[in-house]
Amino acid sequence: MSSMIQSPRARRPQLSRRSFLQAAGAGLFVLGANRGADVWAQSQTQTVLTGSHFDLQIGEAPFNFTGHKRIGTVVNGQIPGPLLRWREGDTVTLRVSNRLAARSSIHWHGMILPADMDGVPGLSFAGIPSGGEYLYRFKVNQHGTYWYHAHSRFQEQTGLYGPIVIERRGGERFPTERDYVVMLSDWTDLDPERIFSVLKKHSDYYNFGRRTAGDFFADVRKNGLSRTLADRRMWGEMRMNPTDMLDVSGYAYTSLMNGVTPTGNWTGLFSRGEKVRLRFINGSSMSFFDVRIPGLKLTVVATDGVDVEPVSVDEFRIGAAETYDVIVEPKDDRAYTIFAQAMDRSGYARGTLAPSLGLEAEIPPLDPRPLLTMTDMGHGGHESSSATPMEHSQMDHGQMDHSQMNHAPANPHAGHGAGAPSTTLEHPPTEQTPLLDMQVNRPNTGLDDPGVGLRNNGRRVLTYADLHTIGGPIDRRQPGREIQLHLTGHMERFVWSFNGQKFSEAKPLKFQLGERLRITLVNDSMMTHPIHLHGMWSELEDASGNFQVRKHTVNVQPAQKLSYAVTADALGRWAYHCHLLYHMEAGMFREVHVEPADGMADHSGHGDHS
Amino acid sequence: MSALIKLHVALALVGAVVTAAAAQEEHQHHEHHSDERTQSERAHIPPDPPQHPMGDMSEEEMAEMMDMDDTAPFGMVAFDQLEWRDTDGGDALFWDGRAWFGNDYDKALLKTEGERFDGDYEGSAELLWDHVISRWWSLQGGVAHDFGEGPSRTWAAFGVQGLAPYWFEVEALAYVGEEGRTAANFSAEYEMFLTQRWILQPKVELQLYGKDDPANGIASGFSDAELGLRLRYEIRREFAPYLGVVWSRKFGDTADLAREHGDDTDEFQIVAGLRAWF
Repeated sequence: MSSMIQSPRARRPQLSRRSFLQAAGAGLFVLGANRGADVWAQSQTQTVLTGSHFDLQIGEAPFNFTGHKRIGTVVNGQIPGPLLRWREGDTVTLRVSNRLAARSSIHWHGMILPADMDGVPGLSFAGIPSGGEYLYRFKVNQHGTYWYHAHSRFQEQTGLYGPIVIERRGGERFPTERDYVVMLSDWTDLDPERIFSVLKKHSDYYNFGRRTAGDFFADVRKNGLSRTLADRRMWGEMRMNPTDMLDVSGYAYTSLMNGVTPTGNWTGLFSRGEKVRLRFINGSSMSFFDVRIPGLKLTVVATDGVDVEPVSVDEFRIGAAETYDVIVEPKDDRAYTIFAQAMDRSGYARGTLAPSLGLEAEIPPLDPRPLLTMTDMGHGGHESSSATPMEHSQMDHGQMDHSQMNHAPANPHAGHGAGAPSTTLEHPPTEQTPLLDMQVNRPNTGLDDPGVGLRNNGRRVLTYADLHTIGGPIDRRQPGREIQLHLTGHMERFVWSFNGQKFSEAKPLKFQLGERLRITLVNDSMMTHPIHLHGMWSELEDASGNFQVRKHTVNVQPAQKLSYAVTADALGRWAYHCHLLYHMEAGMFREVHVEPADGMADHSGHGDHS
Repeated sequence: MSALIKLHVALALVGAVVTAAAAQEEHQHHEHHSDERTQSERAHIPPDPPQHPMGDMSEEEMAEMMDMDDTAPFGMVAFDQLEWRDTDGGDALFWDGRAWFGNDYDKALLKTEGERFDGDYEGSAELLWDHVISRWWSLQGGVAHDFGEGPSRTWAAFGVQGLAPYWFEVEALAYVGEEGRTAANFSAEYEMFLTQRWILQPKVELQLYGKDDPANGIASGFSDAELGLRLRYEIRREFAPYLGVVWSRKFGDTADLAREHGDDTDEFQIVAGLRAWF
């Protein structure tokens, strides 16, 4: 069976018998070879690298995931690259050589390290030239589940990514008998340059879930003519499409679990009664996945490498670059399906937990395609409970004054108290650009909305409101100032930006070394954006400013406003961007420059490139 | 476990309690807690400054090094219509296409539209600059050239193109030519998804002239209109054969000129063609 289920006539080729056997053989090999507590199970040559010295080679290799041979970008010959297993407290040295014809790079996602070890060409270092190498060396002062990936053009899309597991000093806080990495990704047979140029010309090219004439009549039968017309009028007036969920769908993607297609069925073994830790990593370029294991409760114990108070759920959404560690305890001697459906329901990644090889469980049907609602457009009526009445009353007054937000020396809303994020909403003047298609005046401020397609689905779905980091924030100081950034874009023109400014149009954000500041993100678009700040933690707060959870990548839902605190203790130049790869390439990227306080020498170069 | 639940409640209630609660939890896990710092505060170690910081570079150098350039131009060639028409006088070939190259703000645009009938070509070619001016609209300006049986006409062209509410693709251009000639053209089209791949496209096109041009069979005023309805099947998004009908009609003095020539003033045609782009 093909993994791509989106339109009855999807022309995705059926997996050939040959590639099916290859994939099945891959699972067999690994499971036969590794039966320890830690199994990194996937393709034939998948390896775990341990110790403190690592030799990694970036190169190319042929792959056949779909029945068609394609060239992938690999680390040590593999997709995903080898699992790097580090130990908290060690200093690791990684010699990365580049055998590609193009410049390359590896970024250690979520790692706290010196700026020149971060792996972003142009900001951290000059990149790794073709035929060259770079020596990364840094002390590992954290533990948990992370990953690495290329930060050069579309090399991540073509396969350059892999997992990192860092052993906690003193042992795991939540010990388990089994421990598996479950790395999700989106493979495409297409040239990513082609995907990008197609999106620029025809941004809904990959959307095969648009509302049709048939849907119109079905809606008329269900809701009546006037309500259906009103609904169509509203979307028509905005020139927005409620089915725009993911820019690149299963039409282009085959979702992989640990580098194995759904047909290949990656399998992790367990014995009844054992605790199994699953380290989910979303290493995809453009996909959000909704993950569940029918028949098992998922106890979430960590996100983005950081331990959280255990919370038991049925399902969670994982954005690009996020990680979630969950513990399951299968009570029965049977197979369980790990089911990760793409947010737009155009495909899924699938694997199996089983007491022995060759078993599989039923694969649940894809959920119905969700539609964005007015809630997702910031038109009120939202389900989140945390919006304060004050916020609405202020919002109703329309335009706020447009003070400079990016370079404001201090919180301009001191009247609200530094303890809570500002409740005012200010659209920066730079949003007056033709490359922006909507603005939200009544954002949703709650963290308890599971998001489009997951609301009221009968399952207990994780939200950010459920996540509480164990051990508190890394810095108890109140943020000294607040930077409000709007996530902006234009769906039709496929332009993405912060505050209406593409990377090429914006100056770096300046943080002062040592300061604690708050970043408030307002999503003025109808897409969910996973926002990743390099080099420093993003300490998510609730609407009242209470610390929730420490993350490296924060999903911001359509029309949502959320805040996190950042301690600027990492000198140098850092990347700050949407982790949807094509959004980043289209301009949703900023440089953050952490500078020494006045009077101190600047050892980190000058950030202004414009 | 109940301690954890209590902790949850505490966290949900008051923000100020967070650190205290965390510290309290810390008590349970560790012996030594010399100050009020949270467990995370003690565990967190800021990174060393970079030993080899990146220096200044130009925007171009940085884009090249990052291999990321949000100002890069794209290009497209599209034939909205490339079709055979069953006219009263026999078979005709008809085309309507465009090519553009440019970035998010500015594009060079070549448009052409025309008909080949009985070995003769009649149509227009326009070379325009397209500059985006608002969320949904761009300004276009340039030159247009009409060719055909009669004398060729060259115009300065100026207008707007964009997406009107309810997803109507609209184009409206005004033309100024030699000897005080003026003209205007308006077109609008819509796409109706019958399924994800069967798409019905109505299109309307109107033509006006400011001055008589009898050599080209044109009289001033509202001269002709064309209504088309095409049903295409997108084998791929960029490759879609279609079938359709087109109704065209001449009006006013232009219609009189046609009658004098013995031509029809309105015509209903079956069309079959291909819509393709790359």
